[in-house]
Amino acid sequence: MGRWFDAPNRLGPLLVAPTVLILGGLLAWPLVLGVWLSLTDASLGTAGAFVGLANYAALLRDPVFLGAAFYALFYTTCAEVLKVALGLALALLLNRRFRFYRITRAVMLLPWVAPTVLSALAWEWLLDPQFSAISWLLVHLGLIHGYINFLGETWLARASLIVVNVWRGLPYFTIGYLAGLQAVPRELLEAASIDGAGPVTIFRRIVWPLLLPVTTILVSFSAIWTVTDFQLIWTMTRGGPLNATQVFTTLAYQRAITGGNLGQGAAIAAFVIPLMVVFAAFALRATREHA
Amino acid sequence: MTGISRRGFVQLSAAASLAASGPALAAPYQPLNPIEKGAKLQLLRWTGFINTDDAVWKKNTEAFTRATGVPVQIQELTWTDVQPKSALAAQIGSGPDIIMGWYDDPFIYPEKLVDVSDVCEHLGKTQGGWYPVAQTYGYDQNLKRWIAVPIGAPGAAVVYRESWIKQAGFDAIPKDYDNFLKLCRALKKTGHPIGLALGHAVGDANTWCYSLLWGFGGQPVDAENKVAINSKATHAALAYAKALYETMIPGTSSWLDPSNNQSFLAGKISLTINGISIWFVAKQQFPKIFPDTHNADLPIGPVGTPTVYNLFSQAFIFRYCRYPNAAKEYLRFMNEAAQVGPWVTAMTGYVTPALKGYAKLPVWTESPDITPYRDVLAGTHFDGWAGRPGRQAATALNNFVIVDMFADACVNGTSPQAAAATAEKRLKAIYG
Repeated sequence: MGRWFDAPNRLGPLLVAPTVLILGGLLAWPLVLGVWLSLTDASLGTAGAFVGLANYAALLRDPVFLGAAFYALFYTTCAEVLKVALGLALALLLNRRFRFYRITRAVMLLPWVAPTVLSALAWEWLLDPQFSAISWLLVHLGLIHGYINFLGETWLARASLIVVNVWRGLPYFTIGYLAGLQAVPRELLEAASIDGAGPVTIFRRIVWPLLLPVTTILVSFSAIWTVTDFQLIWTMTRGGPLNATQVFTTLAYQRAITGGNLGQGAAIAAFVIPLMVVFAAFALRATREHA
Repeated sequence: MTGISRRGFVQLSAAASLAASGPALAAPYQPLNPIEKGAKLQLLRWTGFINTDDAVWKKNTEAFTRATGVPVQIQELTWTDVQPKSALAAQIGSGPDIIMGWYDDPFIYPEKLVDVSDVCEHLGKTQGGWYPVAQTYGYDQNLKRWIAVPIGAPGAAVVYRESWIKQAGFDAIPKDYDNFLKLCRALKKTGHPIGLALGHAVGDANTWCYSLLWGFGGQPVDAENKVAINSKATHAALAYAKALYETMIPGTSSWLDPSNNQSFLAGKISLTINGISIWFVAKQQFPKIFPDTHNADLPIGPVGTPTVYNLFSQAFIFRYCRYPNAAKEYLRFMNEAAQVGPWVTAMTGYVTPALKGYAKLPVWTESPDITPYRDVLAGTHFDGWAGRPGRQAATALNNFVIVDMFADACVNGTSPQAAAATAEKRLKAIYG
């Protein structure tokens, strides 16, 4: 029996089999099923018939879907740009030694570790049209006269959700960049300094190029989470007002689960797949290069 | 203990204890159908909107277990989360035996549900009959059988602050739309605006928008399920809603279901449309505003009859349930007078039962503020009216087509014609 296992072409596949089964059953199969459903007119409780690309064609003529696709991309792009800029800025500040710097770093992680639904509810109160603490403060400072309708107007609602997403995702970028900064060889910085380079030149010519691989990893993973964000939007606006804050995930949920149209919901979700493939390819390449 | 099962023993013990408690209760329990041996049930229901609801429901369930020996495990979820869970159960063919769902839920998967005709016919006969709207939510016209046992409606009525209404020059809530609008304008002038949700609030936004649409004679689809939204009646409803929106507190375009309750209890708004929960919570926790808080019937639109759109809950049993007779018996038991009376009374009429006989419960006249909720099921419409309840109506409701149409006109300032035309397109995509 022991000999039988000794053959590499037997033992190898056997050892890999559990992983293949888990990945196949839990990841690949649902994905295949999702794509199949998107090609049918399946509704809750019925298997549905094959309809080809009809769901996709209908979606491309549906203004609500096109709006959701636009906002999903807008939301992701704005959030990622802001997270890179602010995350890097915060990391540069926290990279210095100052009193309580350890505590500050720990506190900064809180938005990242707090459950999304809880932070979404807290933000919902902060942005409430009647009870907003932000509006209250601005009114009392004499800067505005009435409460701001943060989640009730198209662009304000869109911007507010981006702010909340940035607030929640910022620690991930900051910690990532902090690690990146600490890996920058001290000798390089000292040498540049001796050669007369100022802080801006050092950052542009040495630090930023060395942070690029970290940036790719941070942005690709974060983009995957942001484009598939659901909890935050669903808790705060349910895609409203007037579908202004619908994204792929909220619309897919609304159409497939609450509306019962599984086929169309699956097609909406399938539109995310190419995006995910691109982000994942970037992430994988960067991790490999970085390693 | 030879020849007697555990369940039989429990039944005997229950009967014995009932017999001991008084001669009136001595009759042994008679189920409608023989209960399966070893039956046990799982119920998924929505968490009560009023805290006394769950406690009495649980007590009634315990009484059922004592009487029949059938244990019932109750699982509760926020009301908007029941539908996805129920959909999942329908899809995978496994989950809770009985689900207390909402609106069109049973019509999305009618074939997957147990025929409950005997229970519904029995209850209808013994409790004064079903309200027509309730029957529509339980009886499948295509399959010609009852697929769900109607439970009732957390009804909608006008909730208002009496002193502010008087300050605005009115003695009561007007019964017609024109005077209602005049009242709302006067309230705005005196600094006490009204507030109605226009965000994606499943309950509150749909409730007032559909009521108003129907009040003007507008309808999403006609009796043949043909899209009929783009009509003069709809345009009139939207024009009225625009005028009404101008009297509202700013920010209602982002309101979700809890928003109007919070704003009313915080004294920010003078009037809203809601279930009895605001009044009930004020009674329990806001003694300062409670004496000034009252409820009234919704005004009636140009169509001349009430057009209140209420939330509606019904219970259904999935075919995968191993003990359908026990499940049916549970639903019968819970809808009998001995259980419904204490349940509805404890929650001061939050749920208006689907059976007409329960309009006689003393709770409805205990306070004039409870009475408006008694008749919310008389002469109103079901989801998807004037068409048929079903998948398309559910999709239209859950995609907020009607709410978005109202928000488009009110918030975005789109003309009624253009807002109705957008809704028409969306409805056509759903109804085909």
